[in-house]
Amino acid sequence: MLKAIGKQLYVLWSQVVTLALVFTHLFKKKDTVEYPDVMPYMFPRWRGRIILTRDPDGEERCVACNLCAVACPVDCIALQKTEDENGRWYPEFFRINFSRCIMCGFCEEACPTHAIQLTPDFEMAEYVRQDMVWEKQHLLISGTGKYHDYNFYKIAGKAIGGKGKGEARNELPPVDRRSLLP
Amino acid sequence: MVKITVDGKVFEVDPNNNLLQEILSQQEDLPYFCWHPAMGSVGSCRQCAIIEYANDEDQRGRQVMACMTSPREGGRYSIAAAAKFRAQAIESIMTKHPHDCPVCEEGGECHLQDMTVMSGHTYRRYDGKKVTHTNQYLGPFIGHEMNRCITCYRCVRYYKDYAGGKDFGPQASHNHTYFGRFQEGPLESEFSGNLVEVCPTGVFTDKVFSKHYSRKWDLQTAPSVCAACGVGCNITPGERYGTLRRVVNRFNHEVNGYFICDKGRFGTGYVNSDERIRVAMTRTTRDANPVLTDPAAAKAQLLSLKGKAIGIGSPRASLESNYALRELVGAENFYAGVSDVEFGLLNQVLDIYQNRPVNIANIKDIEDSDAVLILGEDLTNTAARLALAVRQSAKNLAKELAEQAKFPAWHDAAIRQLAMGRKSPVYILAGHATRLDDIAKKVHIASAQDSARIGFAVAHALDASAPAVSGLSEAEQALVDSIAADLKAAKRPLIISGTSSLEPALLNAAANIATALFDGDKKANLALTVPEANSLGLALLMQGSSNTLGKALSSGKKTAIVLENDLYRRAPSAQVDAFIESLDYLAVLDSLQHPTGEAANLVLPAATFAESSGTFVNYEGRAQYFYSVFKPVAPILASCKWLTEGKKTQEITAQIAALLPNGEVLNKLTPGPDFTVAGMRVPRQQHRYSGRTAMRAHINVHEPKQEQDEDGILAYSMEGVPALKDSTVFNTPWAPGWNSNQALFKFETAVGGPLKQATVGEHLIVANASSKSWYAADVQQVSGAGYRVVPLYHLFGSEELTARSEAIQAKATSAYVALNPADAEKLGLGVTDGVQVQHNGSVPVLLRDSILPGSVGISVGLKGLNFQNMSATVELNKANDWQTPKDWRSSNIIVSDKRDI
Repeated sequence: MLKAIGKQLYVLWSQVVTLALVFTHLFKKKDTVEYPDVMPYMFPRWRGRIILTRDPDGEERCVACNLCAVACPVDCIALQKTEDENGRWYPEFFRINFSRCIMCGFCEEACPTHAIQLTPDFEMAEYVRQDMVWEKQHLLISGTGKYHDYNFYKIAGKAIGGKGKGEARNELPPVDRRSLLP
Repeated sequence: MVKITVDGKVFEVDPNNNLLQEILSQQEDLPYFCWHPAMGSVGSCRQCAIIEYANDEDQRGRQVMACMTSPREGGRYSIAAAAKFRAQAIESIMTKHPHDCPVCEEGGECHLQDMTVMSGHTYRRYDGKKVTHTNQYLGPFIGHEMNRCITCYRCVRYYKDYAGGKDFGPQASHNHTYFGRFQEGPLESEFSGNLVEVCPTGVFTDKVFSKHYSRKWDLQTAPSVCAACGVGCNITPGERYGTLRRVVNRFNHEVNGYFICDKGRFGTGYVNSDERIRVAMTRTTRDANPVLTDPAAAKAQLLSLKGKAIGIGSPRASLESNYALRELVGAENFYAGVSDVEFGLLNQVLDIYQNRPVNIANIKDIEDSDAVLILGEDLTNTAARLALAVRQSAKNLAKELAEQAKFPAWHDAAIRQLAMGRKSPVYILAGHATRLDDIAKKVHIASAQDSARIGFAVAHALDASAPAVSGLSEAEQALVDSIAADLKAAKRPLIISGTSSLEPALLNAAANIATALFDGDKKANLALTVPEANSLGLALLMQGSSNTLGKALSSGKKTAIVLENDLYRRAPSAQVDAFIESLDYLAVLDSLQHPTGEAANLVLPAATFAESSGTFVNYEGRAQYFYSVFKPVAPILASCKWLTEGKKTQEITAQIAALLPNGEVLNKLTPGPDFTVAGMRVPRQQHRYSGRTAMRAHINVHEPKQEQDEDGILAYSMEGVPALKDSTVFNTPWAPGWNSNQALFKFETAVGGPLKQATVGEHLIVANASSKSWYAADVQQVSGAGYRVVPLYHLFGSEELTARSEAIQAKATSAYVALNPADAEKLGLGVTDGVQVQHNGSVPVLLRDSILPGSVGISVGLKGLNFQNMSATVELNKANDWQTPKDWRSSNIIVSDKRDI
């Protein structure tokens, strides 16, 4: 009998303590962020909205190698290679279906030219799902993104407009194929 | 067989092959570059190093190159122990390899990538400067990126030694070695496309594919058969985003082995062409504009013609489509859709195969022959893959010499040195110089009729009971004696002839020679080429009926259905005009627009080989099933589906199987429509196929249901058991660690041997005649005024469909006539003049020394002249007001006897 009464009292006491604890929160600093009036700090390497960047010369970095597409676990990237008159590869179209994207960042890891990058922007909700399909014109930015210096074609051996054979980094001038000299 | 131990595993191997080949045959992984199963070993890349131990006690062993070593009984070897050397070798190869993989067409199916990963070289330590090279323009087919070269010499060994090309070779020296042409320009060989597959890295790439490039893993593929000629090479076409992207070789050791010709590889652009018929159309009168018609109504219209119409079949449509038309119109109303001469020749080919004691030669038989006689066939242009095989047969003397000298047969460079250019005898009797002349012991230029007479004489010289011919000149008699002696001495003689000379006596002569060589025990090899992918299939389906096209055109019926056929390529224009004029209703099913279709009341869009399934019968009578690579965009349908009501392709195949003698083999071509592995169909897409949820998202973000293939077996999907686990339907070679086409050995029972499970096709023709009988040595000499016509075929341009591909057009030319310079002088013609060909307009003239005086070579199938309008002789006159057509490109005609000035 006494034991039962004691238990009831304990329950009552516990309620009071809880109320007191909640009450003390009135005097503590708020955890709630007044989003969107107050924007949270997003870390630079946060994996949010995907962009396509340009190299330091302002040219498209994407060479349409398809590695992002094949790395994508939900297969939400589709693109088609084409090339300019000087042999530089670039995507004819580049499409990401963000309604499927899981922001895993595999595409960024797979990209050999630092073209595709994930950004801290996460505000991508749409009322119409079709609007979550982004084409190259939506993805391509005018800057270099997180990696400022890398320029794939300055290292690759393939000649493009403005860079001939032997003009890439660490290359000898083209050999004279009619010479047998050492 | 000898027993060897490799890293503790015991294998039984063939001592006649090299160790690399045998280790690969055991499905072990051993890196290599320069060795190729079709080309033997030279030991130049140092990649297949292994350790050979002297005996069981030996702990140290010595390093040997597996490709240059014969397995010895009880030998003990280790692949693992030489791993460090192989990694070093590849590291030094990679010191000058450019940082190109993302922008290289080979990336993802690169043998160099695979071997680098396999050898364990991952990090570049060398920081010296890379050697660079300038590239060359090598024509419309092949791209050149010399920086990527690893100097394995495979390209030269293929192009020069294997395919007989003369305009390509190594230049410079040491780490500057360069592979290319002496001067920039299109590669001349008709087999240059194989460089793409032979090169272990991305030096030679498919330029046509690069224009709409897709990675290997993104291509939807299916086992298919080339529709471009009568050889029936096995191919794997690849599709992406609804268009056909490229064609690569699919191994079939009895039909095409490791290689295909450039027409098959680069000639499929017509599938994506703007000239495709993509909708059903009707016309009330001949000249009215076509009206778009509901496909269901159009089909009802077509099917309502049942029993009322005559049907004209096609040698380029599948057996199923032809049969479906035959069923619709009735066998008595079904006519062969080939010229009357050709139909006669095709029936003759069937007769020879069925009733003469011959062995129908497949590609292996041709490559193994030690004496070849080619009768009136320009093989490179009419059945290109066979020409490549004949080139290999000329090397059999070298192999024999090697055997006598106790050299192993794989020792490529050594054998070539030993032979010093000596070759097995190849005789060519043709109306003009051919591209095989350089390997011939004797080339005899003669009319088809004279060639036939020589052929009959050879048969008589071999077997006195064969009918003789009289009136041979002394030179001809000497030739006959020489040919007869070489064929008699040969162990595996081969006769090649075909329908392209349009001369029945030539086929009879070839049959007589092969019969004469039959000694009651061993049959001689005989190959008779046919013009199109299903020429023999159509002839078989006609079952000896006399329903020729000529009869169809004059049948007097008022309604006709034409299946995948342009009648203007089959009969004289005037005759076809009159026929179409006499009709009340003409229905045409085809994939591309053409003059016959433009006069039709009902035009139905038919699928090409890439979008439909069916059976083709090749020059040997070998039936091969091809699967659709991708689903055609509605309302395009396979012809056999237009012509039947809701039938699966294989149900039609089964009906044909019941109809034809020996037809039951057709049921063995596929595993049956209900075939599944682990409850799933065979996937057309690889397990790495990308972009499924994005490729159609711009149209609608809600993904549609996967396309369904009502024919079964394969699915338009990546779901299913990968090919390696069950290769019943062999699609694209891929194995873990082997992303390039070199993965093939994982599917072969032994390197170069048959595939483990996939079918090689089935022979519809049973050649079991075992007694000698002879064709009479009758040769109808051509008479009439004017010049005697010699048909000139072109690999690029003569075939109807491939000629509509952009890549082929770049290598083709418009119609022309070829004349002997002496005749040209008589007519007052220079190289820039035109010739009036009887009533057929004017065409440019090409001067060729090998065209006999009094003869004229006339191009077949090229734009600007209907060869069917030609009679046996034609009158020629110098054209007035001549203007050279813009499509005339004599530089695309690669012949040795051309006179440019």
